[in-house]
Formats: sequence, C-alpha cells, structure tokens
Amino acid sequence: MGSLVNYIYIVSGALFILSLKWMNSPVTARRGVFAGEAGMLMAVAGTLILHHGNWQWILTAFFIGTAVGIPIAYIMPMTAVPQRTAMSHACGALAAALVGTAEYYQRQPHASTELVGFTMVALVVETLLGFLTFTGSLMAMGKLQEILPSRPLVYKNQNAINFALFAIALGLGVRVILVPTDTWIFPIFAGLSLVFGVLLIIPIGGADMPTVIALLNSYAGLSACAMGFALDNKLLVIAGALDGSSGLILSIIMCKAMNRSFTNVLFGAFGQIQTSKGKAEQRPYRSASAEEAASILEAASSVIIVPGYGLAVAQAQHKIRDLFDALMKRGIDVKFGIHPVAGRMPGHMNVLLAEADIPYDRLIEMDDINGEFPQCDVALVIGANDVTNPAARSDKTSPIFGMPILDVDKAHTVMVIKRSMNPGFAGIDNDLYYMDKTLMLFGDAKAFVAEILKELPAAVKV
Amino acid sequence: MPSNLEIGLYVFMLATFVGLEVIRRVSPLLHTPLMSLTNAISAISVVGAIMIISNEEATTLSKVLGFVAITAATTNIVSGYLITDRMLKMFKRREEKK
Repeated sequence: MGSLVNYIYIVSGALFILSLKWMNSPVTARRGVFAGEAGMLMAVAGTLILHHGNWQWILTAFFIGTAVGIPIAYIMPMTAVPQRTAMSHACGALAAALVGTAEYYQRQPHASTELVGFTMVALVVETLLGFLTFTGSLMAMGKLQEILPSRPLVYKNQNAINFALFAIALGLGVRVILVPTDTWIFPIFAGLSLVFGVLLIIPIGGADMPTVIALLNSYAGLSACAMGFALDNKLLVIAGALDGSSGLILSIIMCKAMNRSFTNVLFGAFGQIQTSKGKAEQRPYRSASAEEAASILEAASSVIIVPGYGLAVAQAQHKIRDLFDALMKRGIDVKFGIHPVAGRMPGHMNVLLAEADIPYDRLIEMDDINGEFPQCDVALVIGANDVTNPAARSDKTSPIFGMPILDVDKAHTVMVIKRSMNPGFAGIDNDLYYMDKTLMLFGDAKAFVAEILKELPAAVKV
Repeated sequence: MPSNLEIGLYVFMLATFVGLEVIRRVSPLLHTPLMSLTNAISAISVVGAIMIISNEEATTLSKVLGFVAITAATTNIVSGYLITDRMLKMFKRREEKK
C-alpha cells in the first residue's frame, strides 16, 4: 500500500508541473487548472489511503473548507482579487505553521529520536515562515482592502527594531533546534514570528503590494516545502518548491519593473521620503472637455490606452470596453499598453480588462508597445501616473529615475483622465501633464469615459 | 544509500529549477491567474495536516490544530482553483466573440 501511495504522489507531482507549464498561454491555461485539480485530488486521496484515522475530523474540515471556499470564488469581484490572494496566502501559511506546531508537540515524547538534526531545522523554518507569512499576508490584505491605511506606517528606528526582533526569533529558533525538549520556548518563538510578520509589512506602501504579494507567495511555498522535509514527503517538497520559485520570479519581475531592489521594497518605506520635498511651483497645463476629447479620438487612426490602478478604483473597465468597441467600429486601431506593476498584483490589469471582454490580443506588454507610441495618434492615460512619468528616463534626481516606463510622451497627442492635479501615490509630480501636447481631462474615470461615449455618436453624424 | 534528507534536497533542487524554467515562460498576461493557481497548489500542506490528525497518538491539541489547518487549506484549494478558472474563462480572443 505504501508504495502505491508513493506512485500516486509521483503522478500528482507531474500533474502540478504540467499545470504550471500549461499556464504559459491563455489557450491551454484552463487545461492547466484541470491538471492542478487532478493532482490535488490524487494527492489527497492517496494520503487518505494510509491516513484515515479520525476521519470524522478530516471530513468535517473538508466540508467547512469547501463551504467557505465556493462562495469566495464566485462572489469575489475581480477588483478584489489581490485581497483574496493575500487572504489565501494567509490561510496557506497558517495551515503550514499549525501543522509544524502540532508536529512539534506530537513528537515531543520521542524527542530524543525524532526531533533531532534536520527534522527540527525543517520544523522551525516551517513554523517561522508560516507564522510570519500568516500575519504579513493579513496586513497586506488589510492594506489592499483599505481597512488599514495603505500608506507606509513608519516610526523611528523601525528597521533596527524589526531586525532585533527577527534576530531574537531566529535565536529562539536555533535554541529550539538545539534543545527540542524546552517546550516553553516554542510559544514565544511562534509569537515573535507572528509579530515580525506584522512589523515587516506595515511600513510597505500600497504601490509596492505587487512585489509584497509575490514575495509572500514565495514564503508560503517555502513553508510547505519545509513541511515536506519535516514529514519526509517528497510531494510536499515538489509543490512547495514550485510555489516558492513562482513567487520568487514574480517578485523579481515586479522589482525590475520598478527599478528597485528587494531590500529597498522591504526596508525603504517608499513614498514617505519624497513627500517632504518642497512643493513644486505651479506650472501651466491645458485641460479639455469630453466633447473635445471625443473629437480628437474620432480623428485619430491609432489609440493606445494606458490603464492604471485608478481604473480599478473607479470600476471603469466596462465603460472603457464600450469606448474600445465604439472606436474599433470606426476603424480606429485601439490597443492597451500594460505596465507590469499596473494594479495591485502582478497581471491584475489584464484580468480586469479581460473581465470587461476586451480580447487579450489587444493587451500589450510594456516592452512590446513602447516602440509604437511614436506612431500613435492619441495616448489615453486612465488612472495611471508614475508609470508614465518621463522623469524616470531623464531626471536623475527623481526618486523613480531608472524605472522602466511606458513612453506615452512620444505619442502625437496625450490625454490624461485624472481627478485633479494632485500628485499620485508616490507624491511625485509628473512632467507629462505639463507638456504642450498633453490635454488633462478632469473627472472620475468612469463618468468621464461615459461622457466621451455620449459625444462620439454626435461627432460621427456630421 | 543516500539518506532521506539527501534525496529530499535533490528533489528540492530539481523542482526549484523546473519551477523557475516553467514559470519564466508564463506570459505576463496571466500572472494573476498563475499566482492564484500556485497558491492553490501550495495548499498541498493539507497532506501534512491529514497525517497529523490521523496519527494514532494525536493529542487533542494536534487534532484541533490539524483541523484548523485542513479547513484553511481546503478553503484555499477550493477557492483557488475555482477563481483561477473563473478568471481564465474571461480571457477571450476576438474571433471567439459572438
């Protein structure tokens, strides 16, 4: 029986790898989800063959989990996907941490033979990562849901305090590894890990959430991986390593897209330093009405729309789809230029636009679309700010200098839908708004696009 | 014979490289569904939780902890796979539109 279960695990591991492989294209991606489901089902069924003691407990937990999970999956609006993802990171990490804790206490009677060497190291890593990811993800979720302020919360000597706390937690962890029979240390160790998770995330601002979520994803995976070592289960090691490397790659992509390093994201408290800079002088800019905007769009032959998080906040994706349809019907070529960090998690903007039924071959990555701006008649920026700031290319003193941006300023005409001239999240003034070819369209993204739409049919009859 | 730990480390090393290679190829278009899928996969810790709870020596403490862990992981599995599929269903090419 034991070897049968092992074979089931091997097939399950292969299915997980295939599942991720099929995610490389929208055509095969749904097959990927199916492979993942099959792999998980086999893993659970295989485990139950050998381990079905206390099955009433297991079944009840399955039932509750399913009853909670199904409504979450169907009710959650797409704008709230980052929060949901953060919440799942929290759940997954909590599961790993609790298993680690239970394992530690359960094996306590046989500590001298079972809690030695690497098993104990794995248990400590599992619980440390699990607990800190649990509270860290809860904080991230709070910030994304705006229960907590999304600006960075900073205080004096923050990094020193965090570092000291982490060092103590680590020290206690080492002590538990060396003397596993000192059970009183374990709760303190677990508690410190929980507190550290909170402190690690509260100084990080909303705009850095894509990186943070990816990083927490990686931690949750590594925690499952450590569990695999503690329980000597290779399937857990494989699945955990896949998750860990996925989170790692995504956070590296996010860091590159903001031209920042890991340490800078985690310890930099971005958005705090810049606001102290002196207020720039009032500069002249041009604004336009919906009617003017409509006639400019009407006259264009190619339009690139640059969406940002502001679009999600205004829930404007469906109105933008109407605009997209109206322009495409007139033979105008409309594309979307998507910055890697647009939105609150990697790829968030694509999901929102896909939800609004915009075909995905119209959603173009930054590197592929940047060459098209010089030939483009109108660039329409909706709810994006820093990712279009030309200062990132030219102004060495700017805090975002070196960040790859969408070359919106190279388009023939630029239109920006924005609530007011207030600087964006990072508090950096955007030179784009003061260029001669830029028209500012003031208003709520959804309402303004609706107004443009109203003006469009009138323009076509003339 | 290599020990279990050594075999485990081999598996870890290889799985990490496979993961890096496979995920590097995922289009940025699908990064959000990718993350919710890997999230569901990492709920594989449900396996560990089942082992804990079904152990003959399971104390009340480990039963309760295991119970919470299975509940949390199952929530992740169910909602993770379903919402990933829901997202992917929305990605359509032009031709497929009615």
